[in-house]
Amino acid sequence: MPVQAARPRRSALWTAIRRHPTITLGMAIMTLLVAIAVFAPYLWTVDPMKINPIFRLRPPSQRNWFGTDHLGRDLYSRVIYGSRVSLQVGVAVALVATTIGALIGLVAGFVRWVDAIVMRIMDGLMAVPGILLAIALMALTRASFQTVVIAIVIPEVPRIVRLVRSVVLSLREQPFVEAAEAIGTRFHRLLLRHILPNAVAPLIVQATFICASAMILEAILSFLGAGTPPSIPSWGNIMAEGRQFVSVAFWILGFPGLFLTLTVLAVNLLGDGFRDMLDPRMRRRL
Amino acid sequence: MAAQAANSKLLEVSGLTRHFHLGGGFLGRKAETVYAVDGISFDLGEGETLGLVGESGCGKSTAGKTILRLLTPTSGTIKLRGRDISALAKAELRPFRRDMQVIFQDPYSSLNPQMTAGDIVAEPMLNFAIAGASDRRRRAAELFQRVGLRQEAMAKYPHEFSGGQRQRLGIARALASGPSLIVCDEPVSALDVSVQAQIINLLIDLQRQMGLSYLFIAHDLAVVQHISQRVAVMYLGKIVEIAQTDALFAEPLHPYTEALLASVPAPDPRVKKSRKLLTGDVPSPIRPPPGCRFHTRCPYAEARCKVEEPVLEAKRDGHLVACHLR
Repeated sequence: MPVQAARPRRSALWTAIRRHPTITLGMAIMTLLVAIAVFAPYLWTVDPMKINPIFRLRPPSQRNWFGTDHLGRDLYSRVIYGSRVSLQVGVAVALVATTIGALIGLVAGFVRWVDAIVMRIMDGLMAVPGILLAIALMALTRASFQTVVIAIVIPEVPRIVRLVRSVVLSLREQPFVEAAEAIGTRFHRLLLRHILPNAVAPLIVQATFICASAMILEAILSFLGAGTPPSIPSWGNIMAEGRQFVSVAFWILGFPGLFLTLTVLAVNLLGDGFRDMLDPRMRRRL
Repeated sequence: MAAQAANSKLLEVSGLTRHFHLGGGFLGRKAETVYAVDGISFDLGEGETLGLVGESGCGKSTAGKTILRLLTPTSGTIKLRGRDISALAKAELRPFRRDMQVIFQDPYSSLNPQMTAGDIVAEPMLNFAIAGASDRRRRAAELFQRVGLRQEAMAKYPHEFSGGQRQRLGIARALASGPSLIVCDEPVSALDVSVQAQIINLLIDLQRQMGLSYLFIAHDLAVVQHISQRVAVMYLGKIVEIAQTDALFAEPLHPYTEALLASVPAPDPRVKKSRKLLTGDVPSPIRPPPGCRFHTRCPYAEARCKVEEPVLEAKRDGHLVACHLR
């Protein structure tokens, strides 16, 4: 019986994916980008750091597919390499911010005195624009991958906390949570089995938006010179270096910008798709 | 407590109150108190069904939840098999939860949408460590059968069931820990009439088979008449009348009960009932009227009713009324 029960559900999931073009599109773009990031060393044509002044500011050609920058570095190789930074920052920030935010939000939703304190701190964090906070945090430390992630996580956490707290507050009043209490469910099980699974769908959607916003924040930080160190090419710092030459070499800004846009789009499409798939009511209907 | 041995009463409630404090006080607004349940007393014997009726907002659901200790009572005592549970802390209360269960009104929101039907019914057994994993599965299957659901439905999710089937799931969950008291909080008012009858009959069958006691909260008098041995009528947080079902329906003593019964539509449209319908709304439980709480709507009210609060006392054998005039 379990085998029979599992099979139609999986095939239902598969048709759901196929019937939902946005998820398929998001998945396709994402798979491609992840593949590019993973296989970057095999994909780039020349060393992304190699300076070649004779070939500087060249437009896209057979030799340099995306053209070259002001130091003659191959833009295609640099953009491919930069995908690693963006994806890693996006995923790392989404995971860390969601985990921390969900824990704080769960506690805040259940314990009233914690709620009062935590939410004032979160309001304070949210009052400062995320990018300013990230720049301020970067100014305190040396630029590295970890510090960039932390500097972006901190302004993103309040968004998760607010979401989880509000979901918990509304779930607490649901009769099934009251029923769980009536049947003697212990507190930790109440949280893990009744509250958290019902909060996961909005949480995943929010996580994908945070992933997308983290990639943009990282690009902005790099663009402003406060992000990943210049020795590691990221889409943000490639664009930053290219901005002076935009009138003569648009491709330096254009290609990383295009990749960033595509990535953010793919993540957002996936987020919408996940939300629908995680709702048991939607699995059948789709 | 001393009379515990000789006591056949499963549940004894005395002077139970539950007030809610509304926030306020921040911008000069005074904090207010809702007197949702304001001193009710009754008892419930083994295998008995007590109907608790009243209009919306009279505090009957709050009373049910407070008795189950899903809410903490403001004052008063709740004794389950002679043990006072009204002041127990959460951890001390847990063993008592096995013995008292609840069926909710809304069969849609009272089941966790992320759990399978089988897991929902097995959860009380898991919580109270009643059986091992495979044994729980088998017992859950038995419960499915008992409430008239197919065992194959155990792998389904709540949204795949109809309203009546969901209510059967809720009943199976309530039975899983082997309770003796079940608080039924309007268990059929969200269902179609044809399904209502099925669920009511299921509840009656289960009571016969398992010797359950029900506190049956409802506003539908026909349903209450069918299932209850005794009925308590609530108005604005107080019980105004308790009697055997037959006595209450044949000869209501309190003017409010009289009006409630008069409001039941007659099945035969040619029969003209002498109707004494109530006018006006239920007063706010935030500032309940002084004296008898019903005097604002009572057709017989006298000067005395506005100042002196009537006490619930026996007017006949086992027929208790709170009214100055009857």
